Amino acid sequence: MAKMTMVQALNLALRQEMEKDDRVIVLGEDVGVDGGVFRVTDGLFEQFGESRSLDTPLAESGIVGMSIGMAVYGLRPVCEIQFSGFSYFNFHQIESHAARLRWRSQGQLNVPMVLRTPYGGGVRALEHHSESREVFYAHIPGIKMVIPSGPRNARALLVAAIRDPDPVIFFEGKAIYRAFREEVPEEEETLAIGSSQVVREGKDLTMISYGAMMRPTLEAAEELKEKDGVEAEVIDLLTISPLDHKCFVESVTKTGRAMVIHEAPRSFGPGAEVVSRLMEKAFYYLEAPISRVTGFDLTIPLFSREKAYLPGVRRIITSARKMLKN
Amino acid sequence: MPKKKIDPAYQLEYLAILDEKGKLDETLEPDIPDELLLKLHRAMLLGRRFDERLLNLQRQGRIGTFAPITGQEAAQLGAVAPLRPSDWFAPSFRETAAELWRGRKMESVILAFAGFAEGAISETKLNNLPVAIPVASQIPHAVGIAWAMKYRGKDDVAMTFFGDGGTSEGDFHEGMNLAALYQVPVIFICQNNHWAISIPRSRQTHSKTIAQKALAYDMPGIQVDGNDVLAVYAAAQEAVERARSGGGPTLIECVTYRMMMHTTADDPKRYRRDEEVEVWKKRDPLPRFQAYLKAKGLLSEEQIEAVEEGIKGEIQAAVDRAETQMEAAGDPLDMFDHAYAELPSFLEEQREELREELAAIKEETHG
Repeated sequence: MAKMTMVQALNLALRQEMEKDDRVIVLGEDVGVDGGVFRVTDGLFEQFGESRSLDTPLAESGIVGMSIGMAVYGLRPVCEIQFSGFSYFNFHQIESHAARLRWRSQGQLNVPMVLRTPYGGGVRALEHHSESREVFYAHIPGIKMVIPSGPRNARALLVAAIRDPDPVIFFEGKAIYRAFREEVPEEEETLAIGSSQVVREGKDLTMISYGAMMRPTLEAAEELKEKDGVEAEVIDLLTISPLDHKCFVESVTKTGRAMVIHEAPRSFGPGAEVVSRLMEKAFYYLEAPISRVTGFDLTIPLFSREKAYLPGVRRIITSARKMLKN
Repeated sequence: MPKKKIDPAYQLEYLAILDEKGKLDETLEPDIPDELLLKLHRAMLLGRRFDERLLNLQRQGRIGTFAPITGQEAAQLGAVAPLRPSDWFAPSFRETAAELWRGRKMESVILAFAGFAEGAISETKLNNLPVAIPVASQIPHAVGIAWAMKYRGKDDVAMTFFGDGGTSEGDFHEGMNLAALYQVPVIFICQNNHWAISIPRSRQTHSKTIAQKALAYDMPGIQVDGNDVLAVYAAAQEAVERARSGGGPTLIECVTYRMMMHTTADDPKRYRRDEEVEVWKKRDPLPRFQAYLKAKGLLSEEQIEAVEEGIKGEIQAAVDRAETQMEAAGDPLDMFDHAYAELPSFLEEQREELREELAAIKEETHG
């Protein structure tokens, strides 16, 4: 198995799906000749030509609207929106059409498209390049919202997203694009969309996170073990919607304590939904109030202050200790 | 370092063949088979009478809000007539006459306006997108479909409809730009009916014509008398043929008029003068086409009567079928169908919640 960054693993997923299926078309700004500003589509132009690795003008709504038409016609478009902070231009195409055409046509049409886009902070970027707005999409009925946390699950989930009969929004944490490598098998591997995973077992509390926040969460869990002798169970949501509550409900019925970690703002964030499901399904097992360690309810600051904004190991540990005192 | 004209070749055409009195410019008369002419006439009349009947049903409270098409029959039917079934059609929300031509059933239209999602279901899968209500948002879909057709090496085309108001939306410009850039087989049909709810065409854009917007994207653009079905057909036919043979997209501005309200929820007397409507009544697309067909010896008053009778029966039968279907349709639990290919477990739980509530209501009512 080769050790790959998330960028390379995503590239592998695209390449293999394009080799297998001529319905798969990659399109977006700078995805062709340049291979994408983060190099996720690198080499696809050379291998598959411009008809399958399509450079588009600066037109997010047009890119997504076109992808919807291509998908309705029977192709499997994978469009890239260069930064999720620019995806508001195309939001209405997702909300008004991608999410609804199956229902509006009463099952006669479907929109098997993927919208890939980098999200999140931590890379010292300009304004509009660091936000974490997964709830905008997770709130739309008819949409699936997926956020991988590392190279191996990113590859497996992207393959699943491309093959999914429904529209999938696929957020890629730009802070983890190249932050670490993992073994990624050359042979096909997929992960079911809508399933979360226990990535670290423990009995004392449950930490629920996803995407780029999985690393500080796991680091915090290790430190809690070393310094406090606390065994934290860590869950990687992987899919934000449809949310797999069975996985974290089962964990919390065992640990009695839960915290949710995400970089998106706290109010109405993904954590709010996780907490609600726990209240509905695990209330009598709870031994302490559930805590949320999240971005503040602010526009993410410019990068001189972003480290203080983003939840880090320290903030997670502090919150965990407070909870364990209860 | 000169200062000069860049491309003086840019010119726009205006096309009218049959004027409002039924006078024909024989040099421009398109070669349309008699059978198709009569089919177009019947479809125009059906569009008009169905609209009247829908208004009637709406006023009686039997259906909800809808957008009437009266006055735009030629602009719609002349455009779709050159299409074949394998071509795709991406309407906005005021193209009922064109939708019927493309195979949508009248009862499906009635069901949809009566609030039943079942109205989207056609008997056979047609290459039509459903009605798109957010203005101009369907335009990029047609471009994507046309891109896919080109990718698959088909000689089919996609045709999309929008109004004069829609040309102010970003999706119109993004769609036009993408279509021209990729030279895909798509035809943009603007139904310039002069009104976007209360905003007249003159306050929608400073441009003299809608057609000239094609020039910015280096695609052919033409303005036609949208109440002249021969002119609309001729322009559409040319655009469709060009697109089929790899010549790329065309913008056709059909100059027509919204004779009725925006939707039945609107009162146009608040913002437009009756005198203007009177002027356009004289430009009605139907009488002039009938005069043309009579002059050609294809149609007589008696035959028009017979067509009217046939249409009346057809509409009544559709209303009856729709109302019968409404009695059987509308199980609220169906709202969970078609959310996703497979219903996720959390939605199954919500469906169960509604099922229990409905069962309890039934028990209380009948128990």
